This record gives sequence, structure tokens and C-alpha cells, in this order.
Amino acid sequence: MEDLGIQVLKSVVSGLLMGLVFALVALGLTVIFGVMDIVNFAHGEFLMIGMYTTLLTSPLLGIDPVLTLPLAGLVGAALGVLSYYGLIRFLLRGPMIAQLFGTFGLMLFLRNLALLTMGSEPRILHKGWLVGKSFIVGPGVVLESTKLAAAVLSIVSFALVWWLINRTKVGRALTATSLDAEGARYMGISTQKMNALAWAVGGASVAIAGGLLVNFWPVEPGVGLLFTMIAFATVALGGFGSVRGAFVAGVLIGLIVNIPPIWDAMLRMIDAAGLADLQIHSFKYTMVYAIYFLIMVIKPQGLFGWKQ
Amino acid sequence: MLEVKGITVRYSGLPVLREVSIKVDEGRTVGVVGANGAGKSTLLKAIMGSVKVTSGEINFQGQRIDKLATEQIVRRGIIYVPEGRRLFGPLSVEENLLLGAFTVEREADKQKNLDYVYEMFPRLAERRTQAVGSMSGGEQQMAAIGRGLMSTPKLLMLDEPSLGLAPLLVSEVFETVRRLQEEGDTTVLMVEQNVLEALELSDWAYILQTGEIRSQGPAQEVLASDEVRKAFLGM
Repeated sequence: MEDLGIQVLKSVVSGLLMGLVFALVALGLTVIFGVMDIVNFAHGEFLMIGMYTTLLTSPLLGIDPVLTLPLAGLVGAALGVLSYYGLIRFLLRGPMIAQLFGTFGLMLFLRNLALLTMGSEPRILHKGWLVGKSFIVGPGVVLESTKLAAAVLSIVSFALVWWLINRTKVGRALTATSLDAEGARYMGISTQKMNALAWAVGGASVAIAGGLLVNFWPVEPGVGLLFTMIAFATVALGGFGSVRGAFVAGVLIGLIVNIPPIWDAMLRMIDAAGLADLQIHSFKYTMVYAIYFLIMVIKPQGLFGWKQ
Repeated sequence: MLEVKGITVRYSGLPVLREVSIKVDEGRTVGVVGANGAGKSTLLKAIMGSVKVTSGEINFQGQRIDKLATEQIVRRGIIYVPEGRRLFGPLSVEENLLLGAFTVEREADKQKNLDYVYEMFPRLAERRTQAVGSMSGGEQQMAAIGRGLMSTPKLLMLDEPSLGLAPLLVSEVFETVRRLQEEGDTTVLMVEQNVLEALELSDWAYILQTGEIRSQGPAQEVLASDEVRKAFLGM
């Protein structure tokens, strides 16, 4: 029985930490969607580029991976702005389907560019302040410092974006643009700049998430897909365009992904012949997509959705 | 102050405005009246740079503005209160008003304008924290005009301010315009279907019909003309 208790506690802790990372990955997607109703299929590739930025610049500059995070953010923001002015701006004139294919094309382009320059070998950080360190917070419950740092920085990033949107003049202009772009222009707001800002914030936050992730998750050119899918599920669950929704839904999905190990533990406890071999935890991402599907059918606007 | 010289606007090839010219002198109220679909809103949107002008030019205070982006035109002092109001529904009354002062740099000016709008529309002051989308149509129109005044515009353009309002509220809206004329030096360009009330308020009037200016003159004369009495007033 004690075994199960520890297992539950472990699952909840790692679920929370991972959930906060999922939330940070989804943050940029929901900001961009909120401001201009565009779904960025290349979101996971921005994450991948953030991962490579930290992986490569840390040894290059001779600084700890943690210190490269601002650089990853900068690269992400630049990538976002570049994508907006170089591609998205033109897609906006076309129909919805052009926008979908446009960001899908951006995804393929970035992924293959990475394949060309980085190769397909998965790589991960092997040293740094965070790597390999952990705290034991209870019997059997271990906090890895890589994941703890990622979770804390996720909360900090959310706080910053929340402050930007709700407490600054430019944030109010961003909100106005997302509610009614033409109406916002009549207020003297440059909606072009607001769109670019949304892409900068979106690119920066997801690239920082990448820089944190590469401490404990190997990077390869195709790494983005899994995270794009999870981010889509997160944004759908939280409500398209909702920052608060992305936060809550990210944590929820982190917990959901970590529930199957509890079942495994229960199965082991019952020790029914053959059942333990089922390894239910290997279906954890299936759970995420099942929930994504359910949300789409039952409550398409999500938990905190405010856009139609 | 504002001079629209022979502009033509096309929507997917079809001309919506044909060689339209109008002039608005400083301190005056100019009314553009015409039936639904005559191109009245398109005219104002063309001035705002919101729809593309195929030919002709638009000058404001002696400078060409028809190539400028909407937000630059706003910064020059032209404010457009759009048809259907286009308020930011989930935001509060005060947040909407402050967005109207987006181009105002000094905090003190912003506060002064806010006080002025609240003094003019006490109902908005009472409801300053309420979501603007939850207010009645008349109150929303007050909020839209109030938001338009938040940057002390040189030229205020009202697009169908009485549309969809109950008769009592319609008079209230026109009363507001009258107060603006008396109190300030705001120049007003108003587009209306409500011909009688709009022309009673205006100094100069244009009649727009299927994308062309049909006639123009001092508002009282236009109002008394046979053309208007027959076509719009049913007399």
C-alpha cells in the first residue's frame, strides 16, 4: 500500500514539473493564435531551434547552458519576427487554407534545414549546473534540478507574459488587436507591429522552453512534432488564445501523462498474472490525444476560451 | 482642412465610389447622406486608408494622406467612429476609452480627455468598470463617440451614428453632435441614412447616390430641395 502512495506522489510531482514545461511550450502558440487567429504548425520547430541554440552555444561560448537561455530567447524572437515579416504577413491576405499550408511549409523547411546542418543524431547536454543534480524530498521522491529549473522558469515566463498583456500599454494594444484588428487600427495602433510582437513573444517563450528541455530531453531535427501535438492539445484544452488556459491545461496534461505509471504500480500490486506486462504507461501520449479529441467534440472553445 | 479629390474605389473590380470629391472646412459639420449601399461608409474608410483608392487623391491639412497607413492617419488627427461601433466588447468602458487615447503621449492629457468624456456622458462614468459589450446600444454609441474624442481629434468622422438605435436615443446622439459643435472646435464629417436629423445639424451637405455625388450645397438648402424631399423624406 505504501508503495502505491509513493508512486502517486512521484507521479504528481513529475506530472506537475513536466506540465509546467508543456504549458511554457503552449504559451507561444496561444499568444500567436490569440492575436491573429493563426495556428503555427512550425511551433515545435521553434522549440527544436531553441534546443540546438543552447546545445551548441554553451560549449562555443564556454558558458553554462543556463546562461544561454536569454540567447535562445533572442534567437526564438528573431525567428518569430522573421517568419512574420517574411512569410505570415503575406499569408494573411490569403484564405485560411493558405495559412495552414504556409506554416506547415515553414515546419518542413525548418526541420529539413536542421537535418541538413545538424544531422539526424539525437543529442543532449551532458554537463552543466543542472545536469545530473537532484534533491530527495521524500521517501522515493526525487526532484531533478533540470526539471525543477524548467518548471520555475516556466512560471516566471508566464508571469512576465501576463504582466505584458494585462499591465502595459502595449499589452492593451495587443488585446485590442486580438479582439478586432480593424478597430484597433482606428485607435492608431499598428497591428503589423502587434502581430510581429506576438510572434516575437511566441518564438522567444518556446525557444526558452527548448533551452530548458535540452537539459533532460535529447534533441534531433524531428523532436518538434511530439511537442507541437502536445501544445495543440494544451491550447485546445485551455481555450484558443487564453494564456491562463495554457497554464492550467499544460499542468493538467502533465498530470494526465503521468497517471498511467500509477496504474502500472497498481497492477504490480495486484500482481495478476500477465497484467503487469501490459505496460500501460507506454500509452501515455495516446491519452493526451484522446483528451484532445474529447475536448474538440464536447467543448470546442476549451476551458477558458474566449474566441469563437 | 480635408479635401477628397475625385477618388474611385473598387471592390473586386466593381466601382463603389466614382470620382467622388468632397471638402470639409475647419470648424464645420459636413453631412454626407444617401441610401443604403450608396458608398457612404466606403468613403470614410477610404479616407482612413482602410480601403484602397484606385485613383484620385486625399489631402488633409495640405498634405496627401491617401498612401498612408491607417494608424498614421489617426496620428495626423482624423478619428473614425465606425459603423457598428467596433468597441472592444470584453474590455471595460474605461479600457475602451483609454484605447481611444492610444496616440496621446502625455498622461495628463489622457486624464483631461477622460474627465471631459465622463463629464459629457455621465452614464459612461457610472459604468466605467462594466464590460462595454454588456451595455445597451445607445450607451455603446456614447462609448464609441467618447472613445473617438479621447485623442482630441481635429476631424471627427461619424459613420451612421444613429443606426440601429431607438428614436429617443437617435435624438440623444444628434444632441451630442450639437454639443460638440457648440463647445469645441471639432470638425465633423458625418455619414447618415437619417437624412432629416443629419442635415438639420450640418453646415454643408452632399448627396451620395450609387457611388457618385449627386448634389451638394448648404445643408438647409439641400434639405429643402425637391430632390431630397422626394427621394428621402417621402414628401
